[in-house]
Amino acid sequence: MPAAFFYIFSAITLLFGVMVVVCRNPVASALSLVVSFAGLAALFVSLDAYFIGTIQILVYAGAVMVLFLFIIMLLDIKAEEHRQPNALAIVGGIALAVIFVGQLGYIVSQHEFGNRTTADVPILFDKAAQVQKLETIKSDLRAGVLPDTKLVGQTLFQRYGFQIQLVGALLLAGTVGVVILSKREVK
Amino acid sequence: MVTLNHYLIVSGMLFAIGLTGVIARRSILVIYMCLELMLSAANLTLVAFSRFHLVDGLPDYNAQALVFFTITVAAAEVAVGLAIIVALFRAKHSVDVEAAGKLKG
Repeated sequence: MPAAFFYIFSAITLLFGVMVVVCRNPVASALSLVVSFAGLAALFVSLDAYFIGTIQILVYAGAVMVLFLFIIMLLDIKAEEHRQPNALAIVGGIALAVIFVGQLGYIVSQHEFGNRTTADVPILFDKAAQVQKLETIKSDLRAGVLPDTKLVGQTLFQRYGFQIQLVGALLLAGTVGVVILSKREVK
Repeated sequence: MVTLNHYLIVSGMLFAIGLTGVIARRSILVIYMCLELMLSAANLTLVAFSRFHLVDGLPDYNAQALVFFTITVAAAEVAVGLAIIVALFRAKHSVDVEAAGKLKG
C-alpha cells in the first residue's frame, strides 16, 4: 500500500477519534466513532489482516454502534449540552495523553526492530506452502494469494478450540445477563 | 516509508485520545465509546506486530486470534454495559457519572 494511503487513513482515524471526545452531542460522537473505526479497518487491511478488517467493520462499525445509537435515541439525552465541563479533568486528561505519547515516541525511537517496512518482511508464499498441511491453503499460497480467513480459522479451531467454547459461554452469559438487567422489577 | 513504528505511534495516539475522553468526559455513554477506542488501539498494535513477526513466512496468526477474542469480548461488554446504563438512567434519570456517587459514602 502506498505511504499516502497510510497517512490518509491514520488521519481519518485520529481526527474522528478526537471528534468523539470533543463533540457535545452523543449522536455526533457515535457517528464519529463509526468513521474512526472505518479508518482503522483500512489500516488493518494495509497490514494484510483482511479478516480482522472485515469483522472490525461488521461487529464494531455495524453491530456495536447501532446498539449505541439505539440506546442514545431511547434515553433521549440532552442534559449535558448546557452543563459546565470540569476544567481540571480536561487539563489532566490532555496532560496524561501528551505524557503517554511522548514516552511511547521515545521508546519507539530507541529500538531497531521498528524501523522495518512491510517490504523488508515480505510474506514468503513458497516457504509457507511447503509447511502448511491443508490442501486448500497450500493451493492458495502457491497461487500467490494470502488465504487470510482460512489461516485465522485454522489457528482458532486447531489451537484455541477450548477458548472458542469459553467465548461462546461468555456470550450466552452476557445475553442472559442483559435480559435480566432489562426486565422491570416485579413487586 | 511506513514502518512498524508508524503503526505503533498511531495506535498509541488513538489510545491516548480514548484515555483523555475517559478522564475528561462525564457522560457515561461517551466514556463507553472512548473505552471502545482504547480497545481498538490495542488491536491495532497486535495486528501490526503480527504482520512484522513472520512465522514460516506468514504473519503470526496467534495475534490475530487474540484480536478476534478481544472483539468478541468487547461486543459482549458493550451489550451488558448498555443494559446497565439503561438501568442507571431509569433509577437516576441522568447519564452523568456524578449522578451515581452513592458508593462514595
